[in-house]
Amino acid sequence: MRTPLAIVGVAVAMAFVPRLGLPAFYDSLLYLMLHWIVLATSWNILSGYTGYFSFGHGAFFGAGLYTTSTLLARFEWPFLWTLPVAAAVAAVLGTALGAVVFRVRSVRGELFALLTLAITFVVGTIVGNTPIDGGQGVSLTAVPVPQVGPTQSSTFYLLALAAATLTLLVAWAITVSRFGAGLFAIHDDEDAAEVIGVPTYRYKLTALAISCALAGAAGGIHALFLSYVTVGEVFTITVPLTVVLMSVLGGTRHWAGPAIGAVAITGLLYSFTAADNAIAGKAATGAILIAAILFMPDGILPRLQRAWRRVVPARARPAAVDASAPAAPAPRPAAPPAAAGDVVLRVTGLHKRFKGVRALAGVAVEVRRGEILGLIGPNGSGKSTFINVVSGHFAPTAGEIVFEGVALGSRAAHRIAAAGIARTYQIPRPFAHRSVLDNVALAAMFGGGIRSPREARDEAMRWLEFTGLADKADARPDDLNLHQRKFLELARALASRPRLVLLDEVLCGLTPAEIDGAVALIRRIRDQGATIVFVEHVMRAVLALSDRVVVFHHGELLAEGRAAEVMQRADVMTAYLGQAHA
Amino acid sequence: MSAFTLPSASLLAQSVLSGIFVGALYGLLGLGLSLSWGLLRLINLAHFAFAFLAAYLCFQLASLGVDPLLTLVGIVPAFFALGAGLHWLMARFAITPFNSLLLTFGLMGIVEAAIQSIWTADFRKLESVYASQKFKVGALFVPVPELITLVLAVAFAAGVWAVLRFSDLGKALRAAAEDGPIAAAFGVHRQRNALLLAGTCSALVSIAGVCLALTFTLAPSQMYAWIGVVFAAVMLGGLGSAIGPLVAGTLIGVSEAVTMAVTAPSWAPIVSFTLLIVVLVLRPGKAA
Repeated sequence: MRTPLAIVGVAVAMAFVPRLGLPAFYDSLLYLMLHWIVLATSWNILSGYTGYFSFGHGAFFGAGLYTTSTLLARFEWPFLWTLPVAAAVAAVLGTALGAVVFRVRSVRGELFALLTLAITFVVGTIVGNTPIDGGQGVSLTAVPVPQVGPTQSSTFYLLALAAATLTLLVAWAITVSRFGAGLFAIHDDEDAAEVIGVPTYRYKLTALAISCALAGAAGGIHALFLSYVTVGEVFTITVPLTVVLMSVLGGTRHWAGPAIGAVAITGLLYSFTAADNAIAGKAATGAILIAAILFMPDGILPRLQRAWRRVVPARARPAAVDASAPAAPAPRPAAPPAAAGDVVLRVTGLHKRFKGVRALAGVAVEVRRGEILGLIGPNGSGKSTFINVVSGHFAPTAGEIVFEGVALGSRAAHRIAAAGIARTYQIPRPFAHRSVLDNVALAAMFGGGIRSPREARDEAMRWLEFTGLADKADARPDDLNLHQRKFLELARALASRPRLVLLDEVLCGLTPAEIDGAVALIRRIRDQGATIVFVEHVMRAVLALSDRVVVFHHGELLAEGRAAEVMQRADVMTAYLGQAHA
Repeated sequence: MSAFTLPSASLLAQSVLSGIFVGALYGLLGLGLSLSWGLLRLINLAHFAFAFLAAYLCFQLASLGVDPLLTLVGIVPAFFALGAGLHWLMARFAITPFNSLLLTFGLMGIVEAAIQSIWTADFRKLESVYASQKFKVGALFVPVPELITLVLAVAFAAGVWAVLRFSDLGKALRAAAEDGPIAAAFGVHRQRNALLLAGTCSALVSIAGVCLALTFTLAPSQMYAWIGVVFAAVMLGGLGSAIGPLVAGTLIGVSEAVTMAVTAPSWAPIVSFTLLIVVLVLRPGKAA
């Protein structure tokens, strides 16, 4: 709780600056710095945290700016009352845009950037050609500036100071919240985030709305500061590129990064304009951007943090838990104290088509509580598609999936996770920028429904102990070997305390000794009450683990029964090994 | 709201023609961008700065009495080297597609500042023998500089398409774009090919720059005005495609010109950007 106090403390101290009686031009310089802090930080709330780089910040900023100018010039509203409206209009515009764009799964990365850039020009063209602007610009010189500070310039400074303080508090609060953890997970791997229970669509939309509202308010203040607004200077590529530059320079993964970048760039540009050398300023900004991308791709702030950590050594960690004898966490009673053996998942008539390809053609499977069910079959027989459909990654083309008596239908993956189903990926998909502990804590927080980040970490630690990864808690996923990454996948799946676990080839790529360890671990998972469905090619493990197997072939069920018996059947052997020609 | 006026048939035909001409320039400007984005996974915003730099060089040489088309002899190799050098730098630091966008934006600022300090921020118009030449086909005027642009745009789009489609080099480039390490394992010399392609992209955009000098009035800040619409042409045409940007550019150019004739010129941007948004939302797979 020290950070918000520090932000407010600095803001209160800075509120006394106008009393110092400095020349008005300092107020303007400080105003511009604070203005850019609001814009860059608000941009970062969506784009830095989730990785959806928006080039549409000019549109949202402009929406607020033109809302205020219209209300002032046409309807003669008092200035301060226009600001909440400016924020609301920008937020509505952003939400409407996001509601469409975030539904399209593949509009990510560059495509999202371009799309938001295009929105900027569309909104700009509409504003310029309608009475909102009329192509001539809007003059606000007749509008009285409210007496917030002793002088006009100090009024703008104080308003921007208030906006910047609010923005930084919001940006900080998000980073320490469950919401922020979800946004960072979206940044690293959106599909995996959804699968562990992060409501990605709603989170992205909320982040965009907050980001737009703050930019809109900044636009409202800036309208009166400029006192003459034109489309050509507002709906440009310059605003979004400047905020991107500031945030990337400062560091996009930290709430304070964009603010540092904003102060640096504004100060730099100002020093060049003050020295009557705007052209050199432009060139210098370009050179700094290039140098920052090449030598500090993470930004100034992470660089400083690393340097700081070298100076002040990390606090000593408690001795690692003995990983050789991991203790299983106390099992949670399976939700309804139902008898083992009743049907927990019933899939009927499941179809999945990808354009022309028939991946699943009428699959019916029943999974009983407490059992370990193996899904086997040749490559391309539909096993992984089955897992992907049940976990909600793909919507089924047809068919019913009923989990604990509730039809899942085409529910979003995060709701399926919340219902009590977890999965692992064949190729581990950890959140690369989070520690091993945080990876697991995210699952506990979202799928597991633990609201407090601290409790989620405690829960996550228990699962790391369970999977023998406790001594790797602070490591980054990149530092783990394949075996450990597979176990991290398991720990992440288990941390949401699922009643049904879907394992997609956890053993693939492991050495025989590692396989034995994993088999024992999977048994222990079942022993504490979870039901397990696993896709596997390692026959030794299938025979050792499964109570029952179902065999997939060309998207249909070929056989069902005890592993040893099913594998003897002629049609199963043919499916696996091909027709004997002899 | 501007009133809708229905233009006469000959005015409409003239608009369509001018749309085709400006669309050809969109296509030529977008050709290098599309190849670089699609095949090298680098989004080179500096292309716009390179086009303007080439345009200003052409303007400078022409004002010394050199035929504008003859300046290509010097400009094309110079920009080939520039593009290859830039690519070498970005490859050396293993730049991600997104960071390439930011880095080349920085470069764009530097080039803009350089142009501004040499040629000032005032508008410049190249005076040449071609400038005022035009001939009449039926009721339509055909200006020669625009016609040169169209011919060059079609020729280079077709040429690049043929190279990519049929030559070993083209196949190697497309293979490397799909899976670099695998292509390398099959004996594709990735670094050399990538340098060659980056140089070619930059050379192509310098040709577009010469066409720009022939047909438009130049000002350094104008380089930003082209980004949106050329991006739209590239995305619509499909990344890595040689013919796509030209077709999409022409489509955009014509629809803009007709919009201008029917309503007011200030409504023109809405056409290209609405097209871009629709394509991105409805068919994102095509663009990526």
